[in-house]
Amino acid sequence: MPESDLIRTESITKVYRTGTVEVNALCGVSLEIRKGEYVALMGPSGSGKSTLMHLLGCLDTPSGGRYWLDGRDVTTLDDIELARLRNRQIGFVFQNFNLLPRLTAGANVQLPMVYAGVKPRERPRRARELLEMVGLADRIGHRSNELSGGEMQRVALARALANEPSIILADEPTGNLDTRTSEEIMGLFDRLADQGNTIIVVTHDPEVSAHVRRVIRLRDGQVEGDGKGCHEGTA
Amino acid sequence: MPFWDLLKLSLETFRTHRMRSFLTALGIIIGVMTVISIISLIQGMNLEVERQISTLGTNTIYIQKFAWGTGRIDFDEIGRRPDLTMEDAEAIARLKSVERVAPQRSRNVNRITYRGEKVTSVGLLGATPAVAATGNYSVEIGRFISSDDSLRKRSVCLIGGYIVDNLFPNENPIGKRLDLEGKRFTIIGVLERKGSFLGQSQDNIVITPLSTFDKYFPLPRSRRERIFNTLTIQVLPRRGAQIDVAIDQIRELLRRRHGLGYDKSDDFAINTQDTLREIYQNITRVAFLVMIAVAGISLLVGGIGIMNIMLVAVAERTREIGLRKALGATNRDVLWQFLLESVLLAAVGGAIGVALGLGIAKIAELAANLKAAAPFWTVMLGFGFSAGVGIFFGIYPASRAAKLNPIEALRYE
Repeated sequence: MPESDLIRTESITKVYRTGTVEVNALCGVSLEIRKGEYVALMGPSGSGKSTLMHLLGCLDTPSGGRYWLDGRDVTTLDDIELARLRNRQIGFVFQNFNLLPRLTAGANVQLPMVYAGVKPRERPRRARELLEMVGLADRIGHRSNELSGGEMQRVALARALANEPSIILADEPTGNLDTRTSEEIMGLFDRLADQGNTIIVVTHDPEVSAHVRRVIRLRDGQVEGDGKGCHEGTA
Repeated sequence: MPFWDLLKLSLETFRTHRMRSFLTALGIIIGVMTVISIISLIQGMNLEVERQISTLGTNTIYIQKFAWGTGRIDFDEIGRRPDLTMEDAEAIARLKSVERVAPQRSRNVNRITYRGEKVTSVGLLGATPAVAATGNYSVEIGRFISSDDSLRKRSVCLIGGYIVDNLFPNENPIGKRLDLEGKRFTIIGVLERKGSFLGQSQDNIVITPLSTFDKYFPLPRSRRERIFNTLTIQVLPRRGAQIDVAIDQIRELLRRRHGLGYDKSDDFAINTQDTLREIYQNITRVAFLVMIAVAGISLLVGGIGIMNIMLVAVAERTREIGLRKALGATNRDVLWQFLLESVLLAAVGGAIGVALGLGIAKIAELAANLKAAAPFWTVMLGFGFSAGVGIFFGIYPASRAAKLNPIEALRYE
């Protein structure tokens, strides 16, 4: 396996059992994503894109197949090692931001650092740097429930970057934002991609996928198309 | 996750849910408060009883016809026992392990009078001079009874402080003559006060030579009456000698003198302060058990309250748990977060309970005629027990939180 492959899956499957009914959410997905790629994962609802994101984000383990993240076979890891991977290698951005409302913006950004064992003295400094990067240095002391949607998603992005992860996984990051704010957030993603970050955005929004350099389309749990070009959306 | 961060997290939760945290801890607070205040008062009572027992004369052995205790007494069997005699006392005095021997008899005197004033229900003790050592009596003014008094069967006596207060409030009682059920006694001394024992004044007493006592109050004929009227031998073991050794030697000696075979049980009883202590402990053991049961129930109720609120907290914060896991929290991190919260809740409740309990005991001591004492172990017990309750009742909610699937938790509304 070439070293530049950050993510490599080999016909991974995911089967959910509800009672006696089995649902095949993923039926053999194989893909490679290289370091520094800016990818959109698209597909209609029920296509398995959320399931794939959970697997790629190490929140869940596949029912079959193999998954290598940065050269490590994730399918063999236990709970503690998976938590460590999520903490160090992956930065999540959610549709509904998922900030802790009682905490300040700064404290929210510090959360992943707490679990990484970053020294308490160093955390505020790094949180400030990250918030500066997303243009929110002046909001560091605000509670997250005092922020606007766009501001919350910027804080979430700063939090995703807290431990310098190798992949940023964004699940419909603009789903709860208006058009103008969505563009601002996507602009931030573009900048991060230009800086060499690996970004995977799960979306069904063509406006979002217009920003990326590669689109992976899923349908019925399988890869339907994997386009490097910009065959749609970008003019 | 470092402990300090966990601690900060828990304290943060208490700050945001002040009222709820307080109400949850209230069960523990009340439970521990009750236990600590009752233990303090019982401990205080124990110390007071111990102090009173020691006023009887430390290490003193009482040889009598009957054993002290709270059980049923077989008066017929005890009535058939032989009286202890002066010869028994003299033989005991020759034992190596024995320092002093004081044979004595006592009875209740209905009333003593002096110039129309009277004191009722006085304890009259007929004794030899040795009783000063065995019975722990000291003379405040005047002198103690002498062997000359005994020899001449003089009608002299010493009186306790209670009698002084009632009959001689403003005059020196030495040399005055008391009327004791028609018999006249000259006062030669006043005893130092001993205070009360189990609520009974030890200073309402008259001591007279044993020979004088025998002259005025010969042994009754009825065997039953003689049980409490006959000779008691008080023995003080030699300094440095083991009290058990003295007891064994006395028992052996008396069995031989009474001609008891190996198959016969003792026809006398050897009582000590330990006997009194045992009686007291038997009585208070029940109180202790009841108290422990009450404490256990209240801590159980408090613990269930904590478990209930922790389950609510886990449900409320399902999304937070999912997020923390996505950001890198291990199952163990989540477990500790919630466990520490319940333990802190219970332990802080316990600490408040201990403080309030000690306060209540102190107030009871000041307001009522009670003694309070709280040894360090009660404080540690209250604190440790409530922390234990926090662990026991916190482990289930915390492990439920730890086992949450992060994907489902993140979707939870």
